[in-house]
Amino acid sequence: MADSKLIVTPAPHIRGNIDTPSLMRDVVIALLPACLAGVYFFGGKALISLVAGVAGCVGAEFVFERMSKKPVTIGDWSAVVTGLLIAMVLPPHVPAWIVVLSGVFAIGIVKLLFGGLGYNVFNPALAGRAFATAAWSALAATGYIWPASAQGAAWARGIDAVTSATPLTLLKMGEIGGTSMSRFYMPLFLGNVAGSLGETSALALLIGAVYLLWRTHISLRIPMSYIITVAVVTALYGQDPLFHVLSGGLILGAFFMATDYVTSPINAKGQVIFGIGCGVLTALIRLFGGYPEGVAYSILIMNAAVPMIDRFARPKRFGEVKARA
Amino acid sequence: MKQLLVILFSQALVNNYMLARILGTCPFIGVSQQFETATGMSLAVVFVMTMASVITWLVQHFILNPLGMAYLQTVSFILVIAALVQLIEMVIKKNSPGLYRALGIYLPLITTNCAVLGVAIINISSNYNLVESAVSGAAGGLGWGLAIMLFAAIRERQRLAPISQAMQGFPIALVTTGLLAMAFLGFSGFDVARFIGL
Repeated sequence: MADSKLIVTPAPHIRGNIDTPSLMRDVVIALLPACLAGVYFFGGKALISLVAGVAGCVGAEFVFERMSKKPVTIGDWSAVVTGLLIAMVLPPHVPAWIVVLSGVFAIGIVKLLFGGLGYNVFNPALAGRAFATAAWSALAATGYIWPASAQGAAWARGIDAVTSATPLTLLKMGEIGGTSMSRFYMPLFLGNVAGSLGETSALALLIGAVYLLWRTHISLRIPMSYIITVAVVTALYGQDPLFHVLSGGLILGAFFMATDYVTSPINAKGQVIFGIGCGVLTALIRLFGGYPEGVAYSILIMNAAVPMIDRFARPKRFGEVKARA
Repeated sequence: MKQLLVILFSQALVNNYMLARILGTCPFIGVSQQFETATGMSLAVVFVMTMASVITWLVQHFILNPLGMAYLQTVSFILVIAALVQLIEMVIKKNSPGLYRALGIYLPLITTNCAVLGVAIINISSNYNLVESAVSGAAGGLGWGLAIMLFAAIRERQRLAPISQAMQGFPIALVTTGLLAMAFLGFSGFDVARFIGL
């Protein structure tokens, strides 16, 4: 079955010359600005995290595929993408071994057990993050720090880093809120706030997203329906929509994870349903949930719903008319 | 009214019987190979859970409590549920033989489905009244049904995947269930009362 040429897409079909390695290489290029921003804001520890994530994922792919005597596919760059994404969705100061183990979980359990690239039900990087949150909740939650630029005073006193709550955590605890959130817009846009390694700088992420759009690897359907839904729902509940769009992992999730080909619906109608579903869940978890941020869980829950969405969003067969009673 | 909505959301999503409480695993794994059978099973479970909630509530409050025999709760509930399932089995056999064959052994197995017994006992221990119990039962069934329908659609797709031989069938189904439950962790701690506006 693995070698069959059965590719499931709606018509029309055009044969292109894009293959998996070149596509994944483009994703890596698109992620680089956000990675660099993460290293710039959070210092050398961020670099260690990124290396640990990639090493964990590529190493796990090699070892698991050798163990199950399957062709080793580390050459297709997909494990590198997963590794970078795992480091990017975890806080910058989690111990490197957590990043490595999340990568091993993401590749070994979430991807390869299910048959490898193209057959995974869940986005491996987000499942790795959910795994880290469930297994080491305390360690994974205290890794948030202020960006290096705000830490000069701490370094002078011989402190490595000052842990800090993210803007969404502050919102959840009621320490900020109300309507005057505009003072957060600029730091959130540039990335000068506490947050996961690769999610803070909206600017760097958008540069990467524009690259992927220009290369036509992703379409705007999922990201736009996702982001607009979050803005609308949070505005309906009297929150500042721009703050919610810029903060947390929304831009990273919407452009780089919800658009994952394998774990998102095939056709346009399904993709819009998928984006809206992610948006509603993210907004509701942020406003009422037990966690400050809901992007990872919303995308995972909607990943699980993708086969069902595809079932119901199937295009009508040519010439099909509604049966008369 | 709002209290009923709170019960609906918390039983169906936040405390989903399958994915948060891990009850009713046997039919969840057993009848999820096909989407259509899973849908039929969900309907059967919604019906059984709602009826069982109502009847066990009556049994608890009009027979067990007045007689001071609350210690017979588990035994009497299982008896009532078993009788109910027999009834439903007869109805399905008569009206939909195809569904009856597809459900096979799993329909009688609802008798010992811990989710049905679970919803009955949770209703009593949460001090729900009769209407609240019925809503809680229906919501529990709907949540369980949602879980198995998502799962069945995933499993239909897995049939085409090159999963290594050791993992095919039940093993990968159990791993998928675990990952699904991990995704549903996103609902944990969800403040339903505030969401409904209570």
